[in-house]
Amino acid sequence: MSSVIGLSSGVGKAGHMDEQDLSQDRRATLAILARGTETELAAPLARHWPDLAVRDLKRPEIGLVMVRGRMGGDGAAFNLGEATVTRAVVELASGRRGHGQMLGRNPRLARMAAIADALWQDAAERPLVERDILAPIRARLARASAQTRAETAATRVDFFTLVRGEG
Amino acid sequence: MYVAVKGGERAIANAHALLAEKRRGDTGVPEIGIDQIDEQLALAVDRVMTEGSLCDRKLAALAIKQARGDLIEAIFLVRAYRTTLPRFGFSEPLDTAAMQVRRRISATYKDLPGGQVLGPTFDYTHRLIDFALAADGDADAVPPAATASPDDSERMVRVTDIIAAEDLIEANPAPQDSQPVGDLTRDPLGFPAGRDLRLQNLARGDEGFLLALGYSTQRGYGRNHPFVGEIRMGEVEVELFVEDLGFAVSLGEITVTECQMVNQFKGSLIEPPRFTRGYGLGFGHCERKAMSMALVDRALRADEFDEERKGPAQDEEFVLSHSDNVQATGFVEHLKLPHYVDFQAEIAMLRQMRAEVAARLSGRHQAEAAE
Repeated sequence: MSSVIGLSSGVGKAGHMDEQDLSQDRRATLAILARGTETELAAPLARHWPDLAVRDLKRPEIGLVMVRGRMGGDGAAFNLGEATVTRAVVELASGRRGHGQMLGRNPRLARMAAIADALWQDAAERPLVERDILAPIRARLARASAQTRAETAATRVDFFTLVRGEG
Repeated sequence: MYVAVKGGERAIANAHALLAEKRRGDTGVPEIGIDQIDEQLALAVDRVMTEGSLCDRKLAALAIKQARGDLIEAIFLVRAYRTTLPRFGFSEPLDTAAMQVRRRISATYKDLPGGQVLGPTFDYTHRLIDFALAADGDADAVPPAATASPDDSERMVRVTDIIAAEDLIEANPAPQDSQPVGDLTRDPLGFPAGRDLRLQNLARGDEGFLLALGYSTQRGYGRNHPFVGEIRMGEVEVELFVEDLGFAVSLGEITVTECQMVNQFKGSLIEPPRFTRGYGLGFGHCERKAMSMALVDRALRADEFDEERKGPAQDEEFVLSHSDNVQATGFVEHLKLPHYVDFQAEIAMLRQMRAEVAARLSGRHQAEAAE
């Protein structure tokens, strides 16, 4: 699993984080939110924050990101091809701004991710976001990753080279 | 030349309605869903994404359905769709070393750090039709895949990095992230093209065309003695730098296939000989495509290694100008559109030429008869 998702959650440190930590943890949070499904975001948002006042600073928008690769894997960059991306920016009554951006074409999902990002930045809301939104997504991703790794491991192969006989 | 014609509106509308009916087929057969195409014709989806140059499984699956399974038509649809969307930017370059690997094989080393995993592959199957698949499937009847505890003790370093550690392979061109990266979707292709543009062109190029060219290099038309150093397939993270945030944000993961081809050596009086490289990368599980791309990438580097360009695969202008199946199908298929005026002109010219020959022949007959 990628390095960004692998970062531990910021819950334990809430309130004591310096700016560097906060932006690292927010990066990790955004990475998790980008992988959330409709249910994983919609259900907790509706349950805990049913009457949230949300202003759309940037209405959900579908667009393209040109995905780059590197020659030989680690050399100079080249343009591989594009991917669809949806992004949204919201502002809560508190003035906190949330960014949502993810692969695919789902405006509702991007907006919900932005809302969750804005809520997460509020130290008072963060534990709930962590517990009911981020933790379940993280757990699902970990399960899927473990399953993939286990299935892949079962196809590990040992090749033997055979010496050709002398007639 | 194609000349615009008028009329035929009703026939066209009826033909499209007929197409829609034929697309649906026998209504006694359940309609195929986008999810079914995505899940069960996954490799067709991968091909449409790679050659459509747009990574979006659901969109590619929809295009396949709309195109009745005609993959080049589906690729065309995807390419047309992308022109309707704004571009948000460029991703950070993918880090294929950090891939969650689902398949990784090497034809150069039997034993290597992290080992070889076959993953879901057609390799070593007997290519016998499996009539059991024709029976009405019971999802529960498919046995779950075997599992084993993964060995995480060793990272799956790139095979080419292992060779590079001994300085036995050429270095990749160094990342110069301040340098602009060529983009075919923004600027027309010019020659000679940089390797960045060539790789972008090959990545979206037609698999059949690149397969044939790659094959031709093996048969002697630009031979470069390739070994599959490594093929790996799996998930990599896509990150986008967001200005407002001031850092790169993860957008999720995509599946890619990477082929590192290791080719015969090149050196000089002052440079020790080293293996040379060909590189292939594509969306989804597209192994044949990635291998073909790597072969052609290496063939097109002929000038770098002072190789004489003898085979079609080494001819940059030929390869890059004919690799795109959307362009190719557009020009080939336009031949079936009305060319009536053009053809009438040709007929008139042909008649005139024939009349001239006939006049010449009859003149000679009269002269002979007079003698």
